Amino acid sequence: MQSTNAAAPILAVRGVSKIYEGGFQALKSIDLQIARGEIFALLGPNGAGKTTLISIICGIVNLSAGEITVDGHDIGRDYRAARSKIGLVPQELTTDAFETVFDTVSFSRGLFGKKKNPAHIEKVLRDLSLWDKRDNKIMTLSGGMKRRVLIAKALSHEPELLFLDEPTAGVDVALRREMWEVVRKLRENGVTIILTTHYIEEAEMMADRIGVISRGELILVEEKAELMRKLGHKELVLHLQDPLSAVPPGFSDYDLSVSADGSMLTYSYDTNAERTGIGSLMRRLAEEGIRFRDLSTKQSTLEEIFVNLVEDRA
Amino acid sequence: MNLTAVAAIYKFEMARTFRTLMQSIISPVISTSLYFVVFGAAIGSRIEEVDGVSYGAFIVPGLIMLTLLQQSLTNAAFGIYFPKFTGTIYELLSAPISPIEIVLGYVGAAATKSMALGLIILATATLFVDLRIEHPLWMILFLVLTAVTFAMFGFIIGIWADGFEKLQIVPLLIVTPLAFLGGSFYSISMLPEFWQDVSLVNPVVYLISGFRWAFYGTSDVSIAVSLAMTLVFLGATLAAVTYIFKTGWRLKS
Repeated sequence: MQSTNAAAPILAVRGVSKIYEGGFQALKSIDLQIARGEIFALLGPNGAGKTTLISIICGIVNLSAGEITVDGHDIGRDYRAARSKIGLVPQELTTDAFETVFDTVSFSRGLFGKKKNPAHIEKVLRDLSLWDKRDNKIMTLSGGMKRRVLIAKALSHEPELLFLDEPTAGVDVALRREMWEVVRKLRENGVTIILTTHYIEEAEMMADRIGVISRGELILVEEKAELMRKLGHKELVLHLQDPLSAVPPGFSDYDLSVSADGSMLTYSYDTNAERTGIGSLMRRLAEEGIRFRDLSTKQSTLEEIFVNLVEDRA
Repeated sequence: MNLTAVAAIYKFEMARTFRTLMQSIISPVISTSLYFVVFGAAIGSRIEEVDGVSYGAFIVPGLIMLTLLQQSLTNAAFGIYFPKFTGTIYELLSAPISPIEIVLGYVGAAATKSMALGLIILATATLFVDLRIEHPLWMILFLVLTAVTFAMFGFIIGIWADGFEKLQIVPLLIVTPLAFLGGSFYSISMLPEFWQDVSLVNPVVYLISGFRWAFYGTSDVSIAVSLAMTLVFLGATLAAVTYIFKTGWRLKS
């Protein structure tokens, strides 16, 4: 059994499936454990099931099969304890219209059963640069500001587990950077964060672990660094002095290709392999008298890894 | 019991009322005053007493009921429909609150508002006619039971409705006719016998009859039957609401 509470996962999803009315299977037996304090990024194309999974955990959608616990509390039997630990920032900009920023955030705190705490609300609003807007009606705010209001509402009751469903969709670059800053601060305060995103850059920058979901299946869960290393694949590009029309014979052991104009020779290799083969390739090239004037290497980004993964499955 | 959440919903809903004070309070008062002028003064002066009560005074309980039914229903229906419409319902569904608490917040606020309106109309009526209330406690009881029952009914409509048209159609096509045909402006005994029998399937008859008895001690049906029927309606709406939350009907997929 788990020895300390801190070691137990804050979120445990076991065998969760979802079949919507009409038979569409949105999730297929998802298993996932989230450790306390980590930032987990859930990646996947549109309609993969990211939002369905989050909605089930938060109590907005019923699950068809499986079991979920939040900090050890079952989301069905013990929903009060489970939900009071969760903050949810939905994907859509669903806000009230006529209420003021301060009122709507205070309302959220009340809804989660927490006693009034204007000092905490003030801190949340200040952290999100909303304090100046506290008396404004929500309908008068810009889209980016409304997004912040949604985050403030989710933080109003001091959650331990925060879901950010595409937090930076349709948000300008400056605001996106600010939000990353907010997320970092939250993590420093011990909040566990699960985010879904389309911006792979975002996952690459922020996440400790990454899960890839495709057609309702969690096809991969991995430490980000491990994922990059495991699936990482590098290219060495040689800018040739004299163009080649084709890969010279005798180089079939190497994964080589020649650019259309023959000026570049590209060698693809796996960073995980015991030997990358670069040394021997260089020697062979020298022996053959193939000379180059420059060289560069390129590492695959998470985006390329992700696209490859999803395409492999399709 | 998450009473803080109940209070938060209640406060939120009451704030909505105060934001739209004109529409919420002044317009029903004006329309009720018009009823008094037209039915009470203009037409009522030509009508004899009904059950020993002047016609102007006779219609007061019915008018209060009419407003009570409409306001409880539309307020509760709109209160829960609007979050569904804007999408803010996500917060309600993901909060650590039980269905009972959600109902208490929304229905409580809608009932409070309609009862306040009922009392305002009662006060307005004293400007036009001489009123006497023989059983004030019973009057309050019927006021509360009716307001709560119809707020529950409205809450169900708000959950059922998937467009503004449906939201309007039940109050317009069902409740207003039932209220008018339920004896707001006449005693059921004034109808031909056949229509008297038909009237007895109209739930509003029992509400208005019981409420009028609280005022003048006369009624179309006995007070025990009125009270029993009112409690039956309340029970029916409670059962429906329980079913809705148990299954997540129209709320959760």
